[in-house]
Amino acid sequence: MGLDLNELAQNCGEWLRGTGPEPDIVVSSRVRLARNLAEFPFMAKATEVDRTEIERILRERIDLLKEEERLPRNLTFLDLGELNELDRRFLVERQLISRELAESEGARAVAVDPQEQFSVMVNEEDHLRIQVMRSGLDLQATWDAANRLDDLIEEQVTYAYSDKLGYLTACPTNVGTGARVSVMVHLPALVITRQIDKVFRSLQKISLAVRGLYGEGSQAMGDFYQISNQVTLGLSEEELTKKVADVVPVLLDYERQARDFLVRESQETLHDRVSRAFGILRTAQTITSEETLHLLSSVRLGINLGLIKDVATPTINKLFIHTQPAHLQKLAGMELDSSDRAIERASYLRKHLASGGDGVAEN
Amino acid sequence: MKCQRCEKPATFHITDLVDGEPKELHLCEQCAHTFLSPEEEDASEVIPAMAGLIAQAAVGETAEDLARLDERVCPFCGISFLEFRKQGRLGCPHDYAHFSRELEPLLVNIHGETHHVGKSPRHSVRDAEQQTQLIRLRREMKQAVAGENYERASEIRDEIKSIESARNA
Repeated sequence: MGLDLNELAQNCGEWLRGTGPEPDIVVSSRVRLARNLAEFPFMAKATEVDRTEIERILRERIDLLKEEERLPRNLTFLDLGELNELDRRFLVERQLISRELAESEGARAVAVDPQEQFSVMVNEEDHLRIQVMRSGLDLQATWDAANRLDDLIEEQVTYAYSDKLGYLTACPTNVGTGARVSVMVHLPALVITRQIDKVFRSLQKISLAVRGLYGEGSQAMGDFYQISNQVTLGLSEEELTKKVADVVPVLLDYERQARDFLVRESQETLHDRVSRAFGILRTAQTITSEETLHLLSSVRLGINLGLIKDVATPTINKLFIHTQPAHLQKLAGMELDSSDRAIERASYLRKHLASGGDGVAEN
Repeated sequence: MKCQRCEKPATFHITDLVDGEPKELHLCEQCAHTFLSPEEEDASEVIPAMAGLIAQAAVGETAEDLARLDERVCPFCGISFLEFRKQGRLGCPHDYAHFSRELEPLLVNIHGETHHVGKSPRHSVRDAEQQTQLIRLRREMKQAVAGENYERASEIRDEIKSIESARNA
């Protein structure tokens, strides 16, 4: 059963639906586990023969789990070497694979479920990167799902593991649990009130890492940030999950205080900012990806503060993803250069944000 | 309630993060403005890159020690410590044992710990010796194929199969 990427492009992943707890600030919860097969070298020393063999073994075992109906039958295994660059970039924008995996060479793949709640990357930095995503703040359920998936795969293969150091990974920064537990948060008011750096410094002091929307090295876009554990050794997975979970209520409180402050202290400026952003998005004839993210962030804030009433947060979540380059081209059904994309993007935004339009509530 | 920074009435009740712990602050409007405006603090607390960490781990060793260390090579995957230092990625699971002495200070730097306390594989706990034996056999098989010694390669393949089937039984 195949997964049609063109069809996938039309909707958006479960994690963007805004159905989980605290959807105004916490977009999604994610757990990623790094695993390696014991009898193969890590990627740095794996030959193309090794990589092909790793991919074959994992594909075979995952297929077996599907046959036994222990993994969903509609789980799809995508050979990334066979996909074109646009499709690979589309999967990156969708957060189903990392940029590294998309851009690397040689045998590599990803197994994806149609609800986009989990993906298993093969031959990324580690042989396996198991990823589970959920909408809103739901770290416990996310960890439970990742743990189950890990147990299932582990029945089929021998992981590189040592009693002392735990799961052995290509990079010593992941050794131990191999677990990265994260939440993606939208913090526009902390950015506007310029408190964001201070928050980040506090997070770093308690060994939490802050990254942009697309992970390591990426810029924060549209005021979205990923908060995750820095340490993977010496704490159990439950402790790591708790460490991230414990800080979220404080972040929520902090962002809400900043929002209250903006409403109280600069209501007009705030309203103006939100309205202008909404106005530009609804009327522009050509618009860049960067400006779109910036303006959508203000609109998202405006919705959550009740300043905009005829659009829902999930619609904005979807637009954040759908207006990115690869998505736009998939939706348009053709390759577009950057100036054509700017026109197409503006048209897409106008259509979906039309005043009182029916297109607004869908997701 | 009075402002904690001056005598005016406190109208802002802020939860601040101090070392990760929430702390209540009660401030007047003016002090809240000051508090909420950007601060000039040093931004040096950026997570250091791997290379930096490794250089740090090697502090205290002489240049000769480091040079000797850099030449050490894992017998299984062939990665040298220098290669690892340059790219920040290890070559195989055995490196953790082979370079354990060198990696320990690095792990302390990154994690503040050297012992795993989380979950362990339920179904595939095998002894480390058998794992490294498999790595060695696979490597030997590759070499045999490269040297067109197909008879030897097929013997090794059988050996790998027998270990794997005994293991999966």
